[in-house]
Amino acid sequence: MNIQFRDRPEPSASVSVKSAIADCDIHPARATRDELYPFMAKRWHSHLETYGVQAYHGMMEGPPYPKAQPNASRRDAWPPEGGPQGSSLSFMQKQLLDPYNVALGVLNPLATGQGLRNQDLAGAICSAINDWQIEKWTSKDKRLKASIVVANEDGISAAAEIRKRAGDPNFVQVLLLSRNVEPLGQRRYWPVYEAAQEIGLPVGVHAFGFGGNPLTPSGWPSFYIEEMVGHSQCQQTALASLVLEGVFERYPKLKMVMIEAGFGWAPSLAWRLDKTFEKLHSEVPHLKRKPSQYIRDHIWWTTQPMEDPERRDHLFQTIEWIGWDKLLFATDYPHWDFDEPSRVLPAGVSEANREAFYLGNAKKLYGIS
Amino acid sequence: MTSPIAGGVDCDLHPAVPHLTSLLPYMNDYWRDQVTTRGMTDLVSQSYPTHSPISSRPDWRPAQGKPGADLADMQKQALDRFAVRFGICNPLYGVQMVFSEDMQDAFCRALNNWLAKEWLDKDDRLRGSIVIPTQSVEKSVAEIERRAEDKRFVQVLMLVMGDMPLGKRAYWPIYAAAERLGLAVGIHAGSAYHNPPTSIGWGSYHIEDYVAQATAFQTQLTSLIVEGVFARHPNLKMVMLESGFTWLPAYLWRLHKFWRGIRMETPWVDRAPLEIVRSNIRFSLQPVDAPPDPATLNRLFDHMQSDELLLFSTDYPHWQFDGDEALPPGLSPDLVRKIMIDNPLKTYGRLEFAKEATP
Repeated sequence: MNIQFRDRPEPSASVSVKSAIADCDIHPARATRDELYPFMAKRWHSHLETYGVQAYHGMMEGPPYPKAQPNASRRDAWPPEGGPQGSSLSFMQKQLLDPYNVALGVLNPLATGQGLRNQDLAGAICSAINDWQIEKWTSKDKRLKASIVVANEDGISAAAEIRKRAGDPNFVQVLLLSRNVEPLGQRRYWPVYEAAQEIGLPVGVHAFGFGGNPLTPSGWPSFYIEEMVGHSQCQQTALASLVLEGVFERYPKLKMVMIEAGFGWAPSLAWRLDKTFEKLHSEVPHLKRKPSQYIRDHIWWTTQPMEDPERRDHLFQTIEWIGWDKLLFATDYPHWDFDEPSRVLPAGVSEANREAFYLGNAKKLYGIS
Repeated sequence: MTSPIAGGVDCDLHPAVPHLTSLLPYMNDYWRDQVTTRGMTDLVSQSYPTHSPISSRPDWRPAQGKPGADLADMQKQALDRFAVRFGICNPLYGVQMVFSEDMQDAFCRALNNWLAKEWLDKDDRLRGSIVIPTQSVEKSVAEIERRAEDKRFVQVLMLVMGDMPLGKRAYWPIYAAAERLGLAVGIHAGSAYHNPPTSIGWGSYHIEDYVAQATAFQTQLTSLIVEGVFARHPNLKMVMLESGFTWLPAYLWRLHKFWRGIRMETPWVDRAPLEIVRSNIRFSLQPVDAPPDPATLNRLFDHMQSDELLLFSTDYPHWQFDGDEALPPGLSPDLVRKIMIDNPLKTYGRLEFAKEATP
């Protein structure tokens, strides 16, 4: 982590991972502000020029908690031809896909229509982003696969966008963010789960987003580090909501991926849910199984930022509690907390688990042969 | 099971206020009049609905009234049964929920006086926590100073979900007063409901709120550490009460990693988060959110890398365990002694001292 301070040569074949890997969290960016315009009706061009985008926080530009460096990105990730980090396919190929032998790269666009207050605008931007992912990325490099982004607060429009992409091999998942207007198990989001189950794609829940709620149950914290560490608390609450509302009873084939919020918290959350459920199950009779069983069967986890205990046996025990079949390797390229594939997993892992961690689990989940 | 040993300290007992009217004798004329004239209702928090299964163990539930409201029951069911030398009373009466700082202050003062007279005076094993009106730091400090003269009060009590993150500088005079007066600061599960009870909004269920308490403790610990509370107050002990603790190792791995990455944002944090937790933060034992097999639990203790973090608690009358199984199975005799006796005595400096100085 924090590779900006590490003086290191550009990756080459000699330092690369020999076996192919999947990178399940790559963030593509637009090179210019109007790069999306060709994919949007004219009406929205002038809307964006006049009013910009209004999110569930006060800033017209940039995030409420300033990042630790520009665009939260690696300092070596500026493309030589200009534009922000993550906006150049050729540079992404050179810096990430080729040297690390990425066989499958899952795109998770972040600056989309998700989290905007105007739902028509949100839907227009999301649909444009989906077209743009095909045009700029997946049609140009077959290793890359896209995520369907949707107007998350408008279930009907979101479900329509998901169904519109049914059967399109460019897309491998539906993408939501963890922080929304309500916890993710609430019924306003069920049309998304219904449509995703119907077209057979998993739903990824990426950390971040703003839904108008203070970032802690005691109000707004002061620092970026609190927001970053806090993603795991937001994600735990979102997952608890999904389980307790009965989403996995209602959509038994639904698969979900917890992205960029860690996984070390999963065992203690599952134990706490089970222990409390023993006493309070009469309040949630729609649950037919223990909370931990839904989590075990329906949830996958991306690895970055990788849990990093002092002792590797602690890491291995934690992964055993979760399941070696449930982790999906991710780098978070081009962001500053990039996990380098060759450094993430300590020695002492069986070849089968290693292969599952880096590639096998992702291929299976995302249906890539 | 692991047998408790005699002479321990139960760090989380909940005496219940029978009704708001029970506090009337401890209010002045103005507030007595306000409560009666305005027809104010009892302050029962959603965090602990009276009839919810977790609010009372079935065999500790009285035939009538609120669980925890009767001293004789508490003596028989907790203090005598686990042969403790001290029991620390943490009243959870919903005084934090009101929105007027004046009303909150009046109710807190009444609650603290009620605790001294109706509990501490009646059993010399009992010790108290000072409940404070956190909406006003000035009034909180005044109440701490007033009640701290009675050495049987060993702790300041705050809720884990309040108006602002607990590390915010506005609260620091509270911590300065506690450190100066030799009081620990206890943070207990529960919400003032001045903010949604989760960081992503309002859920649907009581079970959801209860599960979310653990995540609230995590965000508070981050706030306390990164705002620099323990750089300023290195001798302050804070106790997470009814927080759960099995989340701690993985939480600290994550916090430590981000601290290493972006510590330039909070340069006053002069020690690694793990070291700060080891020296300044303690956790009550119950609830033990882990499977009931000793192997998993002992692995978790190994992940915590310290045997000084846990303080014995029954969480009486809440339902966290059955029978006499206040200690999870598989603990070594050495760890039992630390959890029940050594760790609490080191955390609460006033406990031994108070024995002689009780008025």
